[in-house]
Amino acid sequence: MEIFETVFIRNNLIVAFAVVGCVTWVSYYLAKKLTNNRIHGSAIAIALGLVAAYYGGITTGGSKGVADIALLGGIGLMGGGMMRDFAIVATAFGVQFSELKKAGVAGVISIFAGVIASFVVGAVVAILFGYTDAASITTIGAGAVTYIVGPVTGEAIGASNEVITLSVAAGLVKSILVMIGTPLVAKYIGLDNPQSAMVFGGLMGTTSGVAAGLAATDPKLVPYGAMTATFYTGIGCLLGPSILFFIVSSIY
Amino acid sequence: MINQITQHPNKEKIMIIYGVALLSVCLILGMLLGEALGYLLGVQANVGGVGIAMLFLVFASNSPYFKALTEGAAGAGITFWSAMYIPIVVAMAAQQNVAAALDGGVLALVAGVAAVVVSFLLVPVLSKIGRGSPSLSEKH
Repeated sequence: MEIFETVFIRNNLIVAFAVVGCVTWVSYYLAKKLTNNRIHGSAIAIALGLVAAYYGGITTGGSKGVADIALLGGIGLMGGGMMRDFAIVATAFGVQFSELKKAGVAGVISIFAGVIASFVVGAVVAILFGYTDAASITTIGAGAVTYIVGPVTGEAIGASNEVITLSVAAGLVKSILVMIGTPLVAKYIGLDNPQSAMVFGGLMGTTSGVAAGLAATDPKLVPYGAMTATFYTGIGCLLGPSILFFIVSSIY
Repeated sequence: MINQITQHPNKEKIMIIYGVALLSVCLILGMLLGEALGYLLGVQANVGGVGIAMLFLVFASNSPYFKALTEGAAGAGITFWSAMYIPIVVAMAAQQNVAAALDGGVLALVAGVAAVVVSFLLVPVLSKIGRGSPSLSEKH
């Protein structure tokens, strides 16, 4: 048993490749046998990943899902920010400039529209739940933007720790829902071409959510959505503690 | 091409690192610019580093000057990582803090769900603006 542990922990990234490979194979098999490929194999694999992450979270009490289980620590490296960004950039290989230019303006507008829309929705929910101070309302609104914008804003404007935690949770719900929901609604919101994918990335903004949501819908759309989504958190961090906070505090 | 491979099998294979290196340089430059942009804007975040890196790679893969780094074995170094994208995303999903998301209570759930629903609804609206504007400028 000790030998087993030593080998798995010492080679954790390789273990992660093997485990993800098995999960992917099972997912594509299930997609074919159970749904006749109506649901993408990648969508099933991502959903299984999320279920495993929940299990990892409740058994270890950690914050990194399945990566907190010692034997599966390599999942943390394989699916961490560095590898994720590296692979996202690689998807841009072969993309034509002309496709990007077509949705350039709409893409930029969608980033600002997305940040403001999510912020307003989050802030309104905070007010409906009885929050009356500007710092809390702004922080929860910022959490609905992304789970990074929430704490960055909250710390900048001095929100309480509970409110910051809430804002992170709201952002996580958003990110996970985008992962699961995108392939289900893609047809109804016209998400089937590079231009709408750029608008989608700008509106949703959560890089993880957009990355997984588009992968489960149509991998060809990934570079377009990811391109705009990666500006979103930065713009959110810019607007949250400044303009958006000033507007909220002028009302409350 | 086939002749080259048979003559210098190792020389040809090793070119895979050129593509990987190009991809890496694009990411690093993009991240540096994104970090600098965040600093200039006074934001504690990287503003669009990955997006800028993607623009660099799009530029390189469309430019004749970078052919040596994007074609043949070198290009395979980039397409490999592009193909690894979905498996990496599966690993990313497996390390999300799902437990914390579900622990956040009703407020977090409502705020997150409502933000997603509203954003989904805006996709067709803004996509139309994108499609509308070029046709307007063509009329002028």
